[in-house]
Amino acid sequence: MIRLFSRDLTLAVRAGGGFGLGLAFFLIVTVLVPFGVGADTAQLGRIAPGILWVGALLACLLSLDRIFQLDFEDGSLDLLATAPVPLEGVVMMKALAHWVTTGLPLTLAAPVLGLLLNLAPAGYGWLVLSLALGTPALSMIGAFGAALTVGLKRGGLLLSLLVLPLYVPTLIFGAEAVSRGASGQAATTPLILMAAITLGTLALLPFAAAAALRINLR
Amino acid sequence: MKRMSLWEYANPKKFMATTNVVLPWISVLAAICLVVGLVWGFFFTPDDFRQGSTVKIIYLHVPSALMAINAWLMMLVASLIWLVRRHHVSALAARAAAPVGITFTLIALFTGAVWGQPMWGTWWAWDPRLTSFLILFLFYLGYVALWEAVENPDTAADLTSVLCIVGSVFALLSRYAVNFWNQGLHQGATLSMDKEENIADIFWYPLLVAIAGFVLLFVALVLMRTRTEIRARRLHALQMRERMG
Repeated sequence: MIRLFSRDLTLAVRAGGGFGLGLAFFLIVTVLVPFGVGADTAQLGRIAPGILWVGALLACLLSLDRIFQLDFEDGSLDLLATAPVPLEGVVMMKALAHWVTTGLPLTLAAPVLGLLLNLAPAGYGWLVLSLALGTPALSMIGAFGAALTVGLKRGGLLLSLLVLPLYVPTLIFGAEAVSRGASGQAATTPLILMAAITLGTLALLPFAAAAALRINLR
Repeated sequence: MKRMSLWEYANPKKFMATTNVVLPWISVLAAICLVVGLVWGFFFTPDDFRQGSTVKIIYLHVPSALMAINAWLMMLVASLIWLVRRHHVSALAARAAAPVGITFTLIALFTGAVWGQPMWGTWWAWDPRLTSFLILFLFYLGYVALWEAVENPDTAADLTSVLCIVGSVFALLSRYAVNFWNQGLHQGATLSMDKEENIADIFWYPLLVAIAGFVLLFVALVLMRTRTEIRARRLHALQMRERMG
């Protein structure tokens, strides 16, 4: 399983796609928002938590179809399914590799982009913390969506239609934690609820995703 | 005499034979209930002393909202039956229910907007109930899109069933997350079993008839669409056989 993880990681880095692309997308979304809503710093600071979370979510979405698609096309997914490692574990490792290549860089880059959007100083810690706790859930839910659509020719658009509604609870609690933290309120409640969602998805969704993969590989 | 069991209707032939007899009755009953409930509600109930005649949209809004959620529940049960017992009729019924559920969701959203404009002064508010309904609508869209996208019918049934189960959990989560996110403008539940303070009887009886009408309409539509799906699949099988032979 660890080898699978390092293999996915190496592939992601060498292929060059997901790693930098997600970050660049996150940057562009954040840069575009002020052009859309105006350069009023007070207003930008007020909407910064939401923008940063939506941007991170979309950047995460961008690379989801790569989780299983390439392995499905060259047949290595069949090998993985027949390997002694449980398919649930494979899904878990794939989601983890996706998180390390997208969620983690996004989390680390978020404070810089927060600076661009004039996020209140109190919000930075909450921003990093909430993204660090929330993006694993995004990767796991995305892996489930990718498992559902892996056999389809043009699954990309369908994938976003399926996955985005599932992102709603994470987004709500994540953005709420940051905006509460930024305005100096107690932000632990939404943060804890979001962590609960993350743990729940990590515990349960590998089974659903593995079931979907088995159906698609039948 | 052989004991009857619900599972016998998993046999498409038996299902077709029974629904052939039952469907006209249900349809007629649905039509009667709808006409009686709506005419009674629209023309023979007094105006509310604060809301005026706008209150009468309740006879469309509440039943359709109720059925929009119940349709998803029915899809969830049908999906579970499909996954556990592999009855094709069950999977087809889940597929048949989804567009009906979408329609009810849209009716509920639309009538809510029409009522909200004069009453709240806005067509739309990001209120928890409204927002959860919009999210439910998105879940329906994804479900139908997945059915349409997968070619193999059995694979499609399996995948949509898994999506339906996971989606149910997340729809419920979203419902409570949304509550947390914004305070509500929407009034509390109109109907509940354990609460004394329901709406006044004079509005309540026509509403019950309208709800019965919507339930029957839903059953009739789902049965009709399931029959169509079964026929379409038979046709497909026949065509395949012809091509082979």
